[in-house]
Amino acid sequence: MIELLHYAFVQNALVAGVVIAVVAGLVGPYVVMRNLSFAVHGLAEVGFTGAAGAVLFGLDPIAGLLAGALLAAVGIGTLGVRLRDRDVAIGSILAFGLGLGVLFLTLYTRYATEAFTILFGTITAVSRSDLVLLVVLAAGTLLALAAISRPLIFASVDPEVAEAKGVPVGLLSIAFLVILAAAVAEAVQVVGVLLVLTLLITPAAAAQKLTARPLLANLLSVLIAFVCTLGGILASLVTLYPASFYVATLSFLTYVAARLVGPRLSRRAGRVPL
Amino acid sequence: MNAVRIEASRLELGGRQIWSGLTLDLRQGEFLTVIGPNGAGKTSFLKALLGLLPASGSIEVLGSHPRRGDPRIGYVPQQKSIDPDLPVRGRDLVRMGLDGARWGLALPSGPIDSQVTATLTSVGAARFADVPLGRLSGGEQQRVRIAQALVGQPELLLCDEPLLSLDLHVQREVCELIGEWRTRAGGTVVFVTHDVNPVLGLTDRVLAFVGGRWALGTPDEVLTSEALSRLYESPVAVIRHEGRVIVLSDVGDPGGFHHDHQP
Repeated sequence: MIELLHYAFVQNALVAGVVIAVVAGLVGPYVVMRNLSFAVHGLAEVGFTGAAGAVLFGLDPIAGLLAGALLAAVGIGTLGVRLRDRDVAIGSILAFGLGLGVLFLTLYTRYATEAFTILFGTITAVSRSDLVLLVVLAAGTLLALAAISRPLIFASVDPEVAEAKGVPVGLLSIAFLVILAAAVAEAVQVVGVLLVLTLLITPAAAAQKLTARPLLANLLSVLIAFVCTLGGILASLVTLYPASFYVATLSFLTYVAARLVGPRLSRRAGRVPL
Repeated sequence: MNAVRIEASRLELGGRQIWSGLTLDLRQGEFLTVIGPNGAGKTSFLKALLGLLPASGSIEVLGSHPRRGDPRIGYVPQQKSIDPDLPVRGRDLVRMGLDGARWGLALPSGPIDSQVTATLTSVGAARFADVPLGRLSGGEQQRVRIAQALVGQPELLLCDEPLLSLDLHVQREVCELIGEWRTRAGGTVVFVTHDVNPVLGLTDRVLAFVGGRWALGTPDEVLTSEALSRLYESPVAVIRHEGRVIVLSDVGDPGGFHHDHQP
């Protein structure tokens, strides 16, 4: 297994995995806090359409993916201002996006394998230039998140008081969807469009079951995403089964374990968990 | 300087008049209780003071035009149910009242922590400061929310139905806390409630909104059969019983402040 590490594609895959784990681990807690699981799915599906369109027109699929997800983020943010409208807006945009995606696939017959790649991810296909783009995108995502983190948490936990305190609640909602779109476009490269929730929701949800300290919850979320991603990639290299399968399985098992252990931890600690 | 000064204000929402010709001078240290049926304008009144709703006429809050995020204003909302797994503790919520609106990351800070702890202690909430918000009882959560409103040392406290869905004795505790703060800090309180009784002893003046009309005065002036019948434009009877106010109407529930919680 150590010999594998000499291959450039393995190195690229592992570095990409680490970068994506950090981004997903840090963005995830906000997704859970804002109840945006369905939005993650919607952004990813429209991202798929963007990628399919890009391939059809001879452009870079990752750029198309990012463009699709960003467009969807702005659409969801604009149409789903009120909480009641949000899921309906996501559903409508998602369905329209997938419809377009089907058209693009039909128009471009050679596309079948690339479609599979985007739907289920192929981390081992990440090239050196993909990696550079990924790192730049990840840095931008995390910087933007850090810039709005404090008012975003306020607006997510306590929207009425946040508004009274002058927090631009509506604007932050759109800004976070844009950040989320970038994170989705990154995570898709490991696990694919269909499994993106496994990195953007599950680690954060598991972390929440284990601690009530915001800082510790973030660290645990990154740690879980890190272990699942790297574990998944390595297992895939050794066994040749898809990495997305291993990542999704590891992340699900972690979640189940946290669900089982979490209540016990908080029972022992009284109402004040770790 | 008056805490709040409103002159000839008018507010319309969706083509419906909420108030018109509203004129009000609130002295510093005064306790104003705002009552009325749902949708009559109680919350809109608070939003106008917070600079979130533009009302015509002249409105001055603490000597200046209402602006979003004025640090001299504290805000206490109603108690609500929160996900017990949400990794946010009482002390995190209180800190948000101090610097939650600022950009950037909320990094650990000693001076901020001690200010937060001191405020939590002053409202008797230090004991459960590290419990996740969603695992607090309604009364505990409201104590934390009062600490959140007071941590920035405001001059004006705006309360939007902070007693809703609380037990009677917890309602009393919350009112006592707000009353104590007013005495200690000399602050002004605007208190929106559907039930006037828990705050009757603290109230200096009552502002009632009903169907686009309003009435302002001391409780003895506003909470009478005559004044409320005029406001509702239908016969309303006000009964005073053992220091409580009970409002009765032959059109059924006048939809306001007669909610009777007699055990």
